[in-house]
Amino acid sequence: MATQPQTQPAPAGHEHDDHHELGFWSKYVFSTDHKMIGIQYGLTALSFLLFGFILMMMMRWQLAYPGQTMPVLGKILGSAFPNQMPGGVMTPDFYNSLGAMHGTIMIFLGIVPLSFGAFGNYVMPLQIGAPDMAFPKLNMLSYWLYFVGGVSMLASFFVPGGAAKSGWTSYPPLANISDIGPGFHPFFNGQTLWLLAMVILIFSSLLGSVNFITTVVQLRAPGLTWMRLPFFCWAQLITAYLLLLAFPPLQAAGVMQTMDRLAGTSFFNPDGLIVAGQAAAVSGGGSPLLWQHLFWFLAHPEVYVLILPAIGIVTEVITNNTRKPIWAYKAMVFSVVVLGFLSMFVWAHHMFLTGMGTKVSAFFQTTTVMVSVPSVIIITVLLISLWGGSIRFNTPMLFATAFIPMFGIGGLTGLPLAFNALDLHLHDTYYIIGHFHYIVAPGTIFAVFAGIYYWFPKMTGRTMSDKLGKVHFWGSLVCMNVIFFPMLIQGMAGVHRRWYDGGVTYEQIIAPVLHWNAVMSWGAWVLGLFQLIFIFNLVWSIRKGRKVGDNPWDSTTLEWQTPTPPPHGNFTRPIKVYRGPYEYSVPGSKKDFSPQADPEV
Amino acid sequence: MEIPYTVKPRPDTGLWNAKIGIWLFLASEVMLFGGLFSAYVFLRFGAVPGTWPHGLLNIPVGTLNTAILIASSVSVVFAWAALKMRNFRRYQVFMGLTILCGAIFLGIKLGYEWPAKFHHFGAYINDDALYKYEAYLGNEFLAEEGEGRRRTEITGTFPTHEDHEAWENPEAKEFRLRLDAVNAEPTNPDNYLPHIFPRPQSDKVVTIQKEDVRWGSFFVPRHSSYFAVYYTITGLHGIHVLAGLIVFGYFMLPVSKRLYERDPEHMANRIEVVGLFWHFVDLVWIFAFPIFYLF
Repeated sequence: MATQPQTQPAPAGHEHDDHHELGFWSKYVFSTDHKMIGIQYGLTALSFLLFGFILMMMMRWQLAYPGQTMPVLGKILGSAFPNQMPGGVMTPDFYNSLGAMHGTIMIFLGIVPLSFGAFGNYVMPLQIGAPDMAFPKLNMLSYWLYFVGGVSMLASFFVPGGAAKSGWTSYPPLANISDIGPGFHPFFNGQTLWLLAMVILIFSSLLGSVNFITTVVQLRAPGLTWMRLPFFCWAQLITAYLLLLAFPPLQAAGVMQTMDRLAGTSFFNPDGLIVAGQAAAVSGGGSPLLWQHLFWFLAHPEVYVLILPAIGIVTEVITNNTRKPIWAYKAMVFSVVVLGFLSMFVWAHHMFLTGMGTKVSAFFQTTTVMVSVPSVIIITVLLISLWGGSIRFNTPMLFATAFIPMFGIGGLTGLPLAFNALDLHLHDTYYIIGHFHYIVAPGTIFAVFAGIYYWFPKMTGRTMSDKLGKVHFWGSLVCMNVIFFPMLIQGMAGVHRRWYDGGVTYEQIIAPVLHWNAVMSWGAWVLGLFQLIFIFNLVWSIRKGRKVGDNPWDSTTLEWQTPTPPPHGNFTRPIKVYRGPYEYSVPGSKKDFSPQADPEV
Repeated sequence: MEIPYTVKPRPDTGLWNAKIGIWLFLASEVMLFGGLFSAYVFLRFGAVPGTWPHGLLNIPVGTLNTAILIASSVSVVFAWAALKMRNFRRYQVFMGLTILCGAIFLGIKLGYEWPAKFHHFGAYINDDALYKYEAYLGNEFLAEEGEGRRRTEITGTFPTHEDHEAWENPEAKEFRLRLDAVNAEPTNPDNYLPHIFPRPQSDKVVTIQKEDVRWGSFFVPRHSSYFAVYYTITGLHGIHVLAGLIVFGYFMLPVSKRLYERDPEHMANRIEVVGLFWHFVDLVWIFAFPIFYLF
């Protein structure tokens, strides 16, 4: 097999061998090929990511220069949304809409579909040597449900009253009573569409996760035992379990909130609810805490859904570019399993301030601190893996190495939040925003960039420009920190996360940290400019990038054993696995990498 | 391109793909219904002590429905066994029986049980007006008996259409209700024993001042936490029954006969998978029946 030619015939020529040529619709639109679905997921999710980022850039204008006419977009938005942006000045309601939709879009329509739907779909079946997903049609359905969910979410901007405005957490009773009444459609209003979209999105992730787990369990190539599985696949497997088990309770909660809004039930309306000075016309007897429990039962494992695939990508990139095996593969695997398990038992640490009782708080404080153990093991393993490696600092590796300290800051700033007493001060301040953005933005998004630069050659047969990639990396790294580090400072000074004027009303209290608003905003806008470089690089490299062979990074894992781009059915020869996933620089070996499917060392 | 292990089991796991898939799907369904059932627990334990409604549902009909659903679960197993024995005719008979049972279940639920509640009305009385209606509430009697329950609701039906209009009309001051047996004779100890058969409605009609009513509603989801959970869980369960029936219906079409002739094992696997789903739907009902009808 060592004589296997590096370049295989082009996919179009190959497909004639055993397949009829697929038409445009079944090849690019209603495709059942996991690779095409992965690319569909990736492009859709990247568009949503950009859209969510634009929402944030608009919010940052309001925070830095409250009440002033927005430049550039102000005129267009002022005429398109005269009620929300009269004269290009943002109303509080519209600010709330943008906040709620930024959170929802970034998490449920951006990061999860990108790190799980796109990378999981494209890379995972290749890495386990499978011809496709176990259920290709469900896979297609999963993508299209995601698409429909995303469109419903976007559509809510254009209904009377605008998009949901009760935060991405949609806490009742506020969410129960918002967007109802004169001027709102009973069904086509922001909050109800939000609920509808969430229910559809959870369907989509359910189909995806069933598919992922079945594929990993059933379709591994001969010889690919569990301890030879690339860590990326382990991360995706645990992520799939979290999606499978943690998301349905929010679906249940979504159904209940929809009932509250449409059928007038009181799942979340407490006794004696007063709305606008009058007793609300509801039976009462419900509990807002019930929503919070069900929501966070989803939304805490959700954090791990956001981070685990990212850790998987980073592990692949780091081992490949240090040219040595990962330092403690088994510790990584067990940590990620434990992490997935523990993440289901920490949800109420988001609720310390709700008065649910000190005993409950003490329990969740304990489990939350326990979660940091496997997390620290993972980060330590990644860090020690760098030790003694002959590191290649190409673009994917830069993003992957930057992930470690960025995720470290995000993780360590989370520790104070785990403690009940400290959380009372920090809860709902910008400190929280800074903390979780460090995990998701320079953490997960950096890992996603690393993944895009790393697997781009497999998808297209060309590399992305390394020069532009480095500009993109350094610009993003600096800007991300300019945006998020001041948030930690502001938060400790007590700046609340939902102030619509950036805190001007409370100037007397927070004057020493108020000036950071403009700094962070400029950081966000400049970050936007650097992403233009990335978009240009991505589009340009598809046609003009440097051509490379099947295995440009000299990698060991199975996805590099296919022709480039891989044809329908993936492998052109039967695959058998002989060794672990990261056998780099094996002593006595001729090359510095020993592919998993290579019988000779 | 062929996906491996769609029909034959993978040697080391001993399973074919769809069997893993359906079990994972069911795990997710457990979490979905788990969320709803935990909402039931949360709301019931959070309710004002002694106010959770009892005896509003029809136990004999519910029991019949339970038996019908269990019977359909048995017959779907026979249908699968018939395919394993390569007897397609027998499969069709049992699958037809399963569909029939499922349809009867849904018919009773949607055609009889739910609509019977829609014209039933309950009025919750304000705390400071409870004494006026003591004759229909019997709280003194309940306190003496040490039942630990408190009655603040008067239930019944509107005797005439005008009474319904009076309830809807903000100008009207009062409306009348034909009382349920419990409110007609609140001191009858018989009320507080479990009843298999619902007690007939009384002829007694009472006039209720609207200013005394805190909250009134037909027995629809908005009536109370109890009916909110009842309709949501049985409704979602009903959607699952309907989905199962649609899939069963598909397996009665000629396309399934053709699949059977081409690959009978594949067809048997499909019935096994949908049968597992059907057992789950049955199981949800086994949980829903006692918590709403009996406890």
